[in-house]
Amino acid sequence: MSHIWSMIAKRLALGLLTLFIVSVLIFLATELLPGDFAQEFLGQSATPETVAAIRRELGLDQPMVTRYFDWLGGVVTGDFGNSLSNRRPVADLIATRLGNTLFLALYAAAIAVPLSLILGILVALFRNSMFDRIANASALTAISFPEFFVAYILILWLAQTGVFPSMARIPATAGWGEILYRTFLPALTLTLVVTAHMMRMTRAAIINLLASPYIEMARLKGMNPMRVIVKHALPNALAPIINVIALNLAYLITGVVVVEVVFVYPGLGQLMVDSVASRDMPVVQAVALIFASAYVLLNLLADVLSTLSNPRLIHRR
Amino acid sequence: MSDQFADKDVLLTIKDLRIEGRSDETWSPIVNGVDLTLRKGEVLGLIGESGAGKSTVGLAAMGFTRDGCRISGGTIDFDGIDLRKAGKDTRRKLLGKRIAYVAQSAAASFNPAHKLIDQYSEAPVQHGVMGKAEAERDAVDLYRRMQLPDPDSIGFRYPHQVSGGQLQRAMTAMAMSCRPDLIIFDEPTTALDVTTQIEVLAAIRNIVEQFDTAAIYITHDLAVVAQMADRIKVLLKGDEVEEADTYTMLSAPQEDYTKSLWAVRSHTRAEQPPVGKGTTPVVSVRNVTAGYGTVDVLMDVNFDIHQRRTVAVVGESGSGKSTTARVITGLLPPRRGEVLFDGEALPPDYRQRSRDQLRQAQMIYQMADTALNPKLRIRELIGRPAQMYLGLRGRKLTERIRNLLDLIELEPDDYIDRLPSELSGGQKQRIGIARALAAEPRFIICDEVTSALDQLVAEGILKLLDKLQTEFDLAYMFITHDLATVKAIADEVVVMKEGRVVEQGPKTDMFQPPHDPYTELLLSSVPEMDPDWLSKLLAERAAKGQ
Repeated sequence: MSHIWSMIAKRLALGLLTLFIVSVLIFLATELLPGDFAQEFLGQSATPETVAAIRRELGLDQPMVTRYFDWLGGVVTGDFGNSLSNRRPVADLIATRLGNTLFLALYAAAIAVPLSLILGILVALFRNSMFDRIANASALTAISFPEFFVAYILILWLAQTGVFPSMARIPATAGWGEILYRTFLPALTLTLVVTAHMMRMTRAAIINLLASPYIEMARLKGMNPMRVIVKHALPNALAPIINVIALNLAYLITGVVVVEVVFVYPGLGQLMVDSVASRDMPVVQAVALIFASAYVLLNLLADVLSTLSNPRLIHRR
Repeated sequence: MSDQFADKDVLLTIKDLRIEGRSDETWSPIVNGVDLTLRKGEVLGLIGESGAGKSTVGLAAMGFTRDGCRISGGTIDFDGIDLRKAGKDTRRKLLGKRIAYVAQSAAASFNPAHKLIDQYSEAPVQHGVMGKAEAERDAVDLYRRMQLPDPDSIGFRYPHQVSGGQLQRAMTAMAMSCRPDLIIFDEPTTALDVTTQIEVLAAIRNIVEQFDTAAIYITHDLAVVAQMADRIKVLLKGDEVEEADTYTMLSAPQEDYTKSLWAVRSHTRAEQPPVGKGTTPVVSVRNVTAGYGTVDVLMDVNFDIHQRRTVAVVGESGSGKSTTARVITGLLPPRRGEVLFDGEALPPDYRQRSRDQLRQAQMIYQMADTALNPKLRIRELIGRPAQMYLGLRGRKLTERIRNLLDLIELEPDDYIDRLPSELSGGQKQRIGIARALAAEPRFIICDEVTSALDQLVAEGILKLLDKLQTEFDLAYMFITHDLATVKAIADEVVVMKEGRVVEQGPKTDMFQPPHDPYTELLLSSVPEMDPDWLSKLLAERAAKGQ
């Protein structure tokens, strides 16, 4: 087991490096955009004097390198600074949004992961049957449409008929049942978008193993087809499946801005887009770091789980 | 039919079995009407070369065909049940419970994700023969009877934690778990070393006798089948050649094909005059110690290989034969010691060797299948080294390729534009030889080049290598675990065990006593055609307290 801990430590260190590089890249990218916060903030009423005043007040007149390291110094001590737009601490601004984003991602994952695993196992079991073809075709159809299209179709079918609300804004007093009800449509949209990938990977990973001698052995021991798949093929197919799940979970956290916009859901993605538009650097940086951390941590988790699923790696000779 | 079983009940009757295999959308016959009768407690040996259809027949006896095969005719009657007509569920209830299977490679046929004992108890529990706890107790008992070390705890290991010979015994124990009436042994010892093979053969024979189990024993090794079977059936390309009880079959085979199989290897290399004193060897391995990570795999290895001589390096898996080859080729720089070529030290790492040094030493591999790029045509496979090392281009290159194909006895016009997939196993190995020759080397390492081939094909390859050696003054290092091959081709023998050279010298000395104890063990473990060989050997060893 000790090599797993050392792997985790190494990967975390590499993850920190990744985060640093991401923060530099994001900083440079926003610098390259035309205009800055002062100009965007003042808009049409900008005069060179007012722009300069705001820049001076917010420290935007400092050289780029100085600003970056001031910001980095704050982050290292846990201070993400204040939003340029409304002067509130970035941490407060992000806290509720992050909660919302994680909730929606978990909600969608709670439906999508079991669904795609079960479907993947079933289509592997009934491979090349009508069921296999229909399941594959519908999953591919769902993934081929752009997210907003799927979202609007669902609104058309399920919200226009009044079954589910099309706005996912949650009143502060809402109980769990109501929250789940109000956010069902965005969760369903995301499920439709990610299921195909995971299901097809599960199917492929299992079918890939069916020609192995140990699968033939299981059949020759008289085991039924379901047991052959679940007990003999699946445990050996876990590594690729886990990796695809991690990739899709990361997508659910970082890539859902379109769905948030369609359903007016106050998540991180929307905040990120708004902040880029207004050149609100501290917020952009903080959100980018959260997204990057999600990728780093989920990939690390996937690697640890893949290792644990392989007896050859945990039980040495 | 042997008298011993004449009064026993018939267990399995196969009549006019026909099986077809699919290639490119058409079905072509693989088995053309084989009949087979097996009585309770009887062991039938099924022998033939690759492509004879023996595994296919063995699996069909379980009512099973591999993907891409189908049973197209005949009947398979197991104890009154017609396996062809029986539904899937009926068949599944027999498999594992009344008919069990032992595969060629236990390492590949055990599921890497589960412990041995869980795989043992799966069949009894799923077929409702016994509960999990009882099955586990039973497993320990059978592991003990199979003479596995630590029978109480070995089952709680994963397959990768157990050696090949032990896995093969654990698999036989697993097949026994429901006390089946019939076991199909599909080449169970082919992948094992000779000394391990003995233990597995003895354990299998012992347990089959104890439980009075009937068995079909599939193998290409006549000496092995002679030890195991009561009766032998010979197959050739899906047809039955002949069948008789073991003693009759060995002493008086009727058919020409059987006689050719029985014939002792005819090829033996002419004895070479001793190497003159003071001759510089082509390759000289000096005090080499090498290993992977922190583990030393080779310890202080020394031997010379002279021009026009073949040195056979013999030993079991893990003895360091292939590691020695890796050190000589520079793939694994040694920790201590050096490799001399024509008396001059070679740089330890192949990356530091000159192109000419690389050209001088070539390799031929065990698995021609994986050693040839499947996407390249023969022209490119052989042409590439000639182009790279000798700078041949255009017409000269084509001429050289055709010349090489002539040398390996393949018709140039016919073969030059083929892909490896359009060749037989023996032909692929010939291309491997041509590729090594293309560089015009002075030294070739042959790594188990015949062990994946049928006996008759292997002999052709050995003859070819012998001819080429004389023609081009080559020095060979011949890595093998097969002592019959050593007899056929070697001038000198180096016996390795656990990374050390335990004995070395001229072949003639090697096959005459007195031996080093390990050489003795290796030599005595090679199965002989005498059906009583195994019993005698075991009795002898027991008497010596081995």
